[in-house]
Amino acid sequence: MTRIWSAGRLTYPALTLTALLSIFPIYWMFVVASRSSDAMGQVPPPLTPGGNLGANITRLFANPDAHFLTGLVNSTIVAVSVTFSVVLFSTLAGFAFAKLRFRGRNALLMVIVATMMVPTQLGVIPLYLLMTKLNWNDRLPAVIVPALVTGFGVFMMRQYAAQAVSTELIEAARVDGCHTLRIYWNVVLPALRPAAAVLGLLTFMTTWNDFLWPYAVLNDPENPTVQLSLRALSDGYYQDMSQVFTGTAIATLPLLLVFVVFGRQIIGGIMEGAVKA
Amino acid sequence: MVVQVDGPPPGAVRTRSRRPEREHRLARLDVRYSPYLYVTPFFLLFAIFGLYPLAYTFWVSLHDWDLLGVDPAFVGAQNYTQLMADADFWNSVVNTLGIFVLSTVPQLLAALWLANLLNRRLRARTTWRMAVLVPNVTSTAAVAIVFAVLFGREFGMINWLLDLVGVDAIDWKANRFAAWTAISAMVDWRWTGYNALIFLAAMQAIPRDLYESASIDGAGRARQFWSITVPLLKPTIIFAVIISTIGGLQLFTEPRLFNSGTNAIRGGPLRESQTMTMYMFENAFAPHYNFGYGSAVAWLLFALIAVVAAINVLILRRLGGGARKGDR
Repeated sequence: MTRIWSAGRLTYPALTLTALLSIFPIYWMFVVASRSSDAMGQVPPPLTPGGNLGANITRLFANPDAHFLTGLVNSTIVAVSVTFSVVLFSTLAGFAFAKLRFRGRNALLMVIVATMMVPTQLGVIPLYLLMTKLNWNDRLPAVIVPALVTGFGVFMMRQYAAQAVSTELIEAARVDGCHTLRIYWNVVLPALRPAAAVLGLLTFMTTWNDFLWPYAVLNDPENPTVQLSLRALSDGYYQDMSQVFTGTAIATLPLLLVFVVFGRQIIGGIMEGAVKA
Repeated sequence: MVVQVDGPPPGAVRTRSRRPEREHRLARLDVRYSPYLYVTPFFLLFAIFGLYPLAYTFWVSLHDWDLLGVDPAFVGAQNYTQLMADADFWNSVVNTLGIFVLSTVPQLLAALWLANLLNRRLRARTTWRMAVLVPNVTSTAAVAIVFAVLFGREFGMINWLLDLVGVDAIDWKANRFAAWTAISAMVDWRWTGYNALIFLAAMQAIPRDLYESASIDGAGRARQFWSITVPLLKPTIIFAVIISTIGGLQLFTEPRLFNSGTNAIRGGPLRESQTMTMYMFENAFAPHYNFGYGSAVAWLLFALIAVVAAINVLILRRLGGGARKGDR
């Protein structure tokens, strides 16, 4: 009877094929990034890394159209600030929704779930007008401030807090005269740490990858995010593909590193969220 | 919870200050109002930067609104009637729907299949899961650029492989259906593994004795998959379809970076792969800055998302509604 759970004859070959398809474009990106620009025209296409990576990196950072270093710095600033804020506000609100009683709690929670379905990307035009009014166009607050909270984050923290935070502990802390913010800091946050870490990682990756809104609002070519640097490279009149691919590889590297180190936790977070959603 | 603050518990007496009255009142205020304080940042920021812009888009769409924005003229439904007669707009609608179907249907079917494979007893379980999820954690823009090269006409690897099996080179960017296929390939590549993990999580929540009794009744693997797994997965599948619909119909980064050069926002020489979001962007931002017209595109896209999501849910409900063994 347990036969149906064991791997079949084709299970491992099929998984291997899928894994190869998943990894190949990333691998090939690094191959081209490490070769000279004539690698593109070779038949058959080269499949092993070359020795040109250092030279490509030097040329990339010197490219006057890409402003690649500025892009990296800007993306880091944006992604770190957004991640910090999303984790803070999500854990606070998630704690309130899971463990505190207040009038309208359930209705407000439903609103949060509904906001996850709202295609906010379609509001970019008024958002652009708003940024013009605030004089934030071409400046980083324009991409940071609208991303400071997510309904997904609040909901995820609420689900986790409901089962991971001990109500007895909260009550005991209250009896000892702790105010609510102190309870959040000393009791709730430590209990939420694993899920908050996953939320932070997911938020960092999403923010790092964001393209449409930065593309709309950051029009100064000298002040891009790293994704906008990639666009400038890719739209360039003269395309040196090994240089473009060096850019894509460097822009992907932080995400891959995060994934290699925390992959197990990220997978856990995605799968746990799925069961409860 | 409030009760325990009211009644002085023995252990707490020591820690009370000399002004119990005031402390007491503060504690009550804290218990009653602090929850609102904690949820307010979300609602405030979402209202300002999420909901208000979306609603205000409709107001802008009723105006002839340009970059200066000084006293925009109210024009009623004019932007909408103009869109109805705009061939480029309808072209973007067809592209959006075509790419959506080509990217969502194979993606969800493949994800189901992949989840079923991952649901077996496997060696190196986490490694396999990481391998299928890795496309999802890469930079979207980077991947779009890489795929654009893989699907290149002259030196692309896909055409080289096709040539090995005797198929002539395809001009992926200048042929509508080919462009749809290439862009859908990027979307599929990115999201299949992610959805597979979502389905896998739901599969693991199905009680195993259901399969064991089906097995005793003589149902084979395939039969069990279609009669037990799929029906019990229906809520998760509906969830995945809605999320894919909302994301898929707003597709922008992949088609935008699949094309390159000065007019890439048009999605190819004859707009072969321009999606609705790209068309909105082309009109609303540099160099045209026609905010009113772009906003009308945004609202029609919003309506399309709502309609397609509703149709999908109706179809899926119907599909699983038949009397199937194992359906509850």
